[in-house]
Amino acid sequence: MITVLIPTALRSFTERQGAVQLEAGTVGQAVAALAENYPDLKQHLYDDQGQLRSFVNLFVGGRNVKTLEGLATPLAEGETLTLVPAIAGGRDA
Amino acid sequence: MMNILDMVGHTPLLKLDKIAPEHNVLAKAEFVNPSGSVKDRAARSMLLDGLARGRLTRDKIIVDATSGNTGIAYAMMGASLGCGVQLYMPANVSPERKSLIRSYGAAIVETDPLESSDGAFLAARAAAETRPDLYFYPDQYNNPANPQAHYDTTGLEIWEQTGGAVTHFISLMGTSGTFVGTARRLKDFKRAIRAVAVQPDSPFHGLEGTKHLASTLVPGIYDPNLADEVVTVSTEEAYAMTRRLAREEGLLVGISSGGNVAAALRLARTLPAGSLVATILCDSGSRYLSDSFWGV
Repeated sequence: MITVLIPTALRSFTERQGAVQLEAGTVGQAVAALAENYPDLKQHLYDDQGQLRSFVNLFVGGRNVKTLEGLATPLAEGETLTLVPAIAGGRDA
Repeated sequence: MMNILDMVGHTPLLKLDKIAPEHNVLAKAEFVNPSGSVKDRAARSMLLDGLARGRLTRDKIIVDATSGNTGIAYAMMGASLGCGVQLYMPANVSPERKSLIRSYGAAIVETDPLESSDGAFLAARAAAETRPDLYFYPDQYNNPANPQAHYDTTGLEIWEQTGGAVTHFISLMGTSGTFVGTARRLKDFKRAIRAVAVQPDSPFHGLEGTKHLASTLVPGIYDPNLADEVVTVSTEEAYAMTRRLAREEGLLVGISSGGNVAAALRLARTLPAGSLVATILCDSGSRYLSDSFWGV
């Protein structure tokens, strides 16, 4: 199991949960599983072409996955993935 | 002699001929303000109001929540006034903005990025309430001096620069100060002027400095009676227009400016000939160069 931390702005779509636990081996699988578990979330995370919206930033171990292997970044058992919107191009969470 | 606070406002009103050749879309070039954004107007107004009321004195520290631009304005003005500045901002604010603020000698307290601007607001308010003897808390979300700045200056300037011909004002909202003050002044000049408020299309968005009011704390200064219409803009639409403004108009502006112009152009296309739509270019694109949306 890994944990996904949900920003306040999206908690109305996750039954007010700030942390969601799910099974995933990569960052991409984790986001896809999250959208599958909470279908109303999908349009906020993915664009019409099914791509992750460009301002969605994902952090593992304090590092933006854009600087790692992107959606292919592996997630180890017990790891935490943080979902954060870009603010003014912000990359350091 | 002038000081830096005297340089705020009186910005040019630009006609966007390349983006909107068949329509009158005008934009206030707020990036020419001394700290580089529209927020200079509200910050100046709130600090001068605090000084006039005796609430801000040289021994106090200016403390507030900001996602960037208001913080940069406070930092610049605090330095000029000889006051300390301490700003609460979400940790995911861009490194350029944090560097700018620290360069003026101001301090930053980072708040939980998951809680966005509401988290910064609650933290700043808690700090201010704990030590009112130490802090001056302008509270940009609830201070009437914020929209008053735009009533006194932005709205007046748009009216004068268009010779009273402006028919529509449209703008994204963060604290809502720009929208509320400008719309109120324009409607006081001429009741028929339409005010259109713009919102991000999702509670989760990349339109820095703006709020999705349905899912966030509604600012006390927001006046829901002013907007004749509320429309939405997507982050992707704002990114695309921000790139066009740079490449077609030579205007390197920020993402909220792109959102404003995208919404203004959409509105202008629905209006009869002779309509004149005014909006805001909030800040410079140089604050967003670490972002990937430029595609360079």
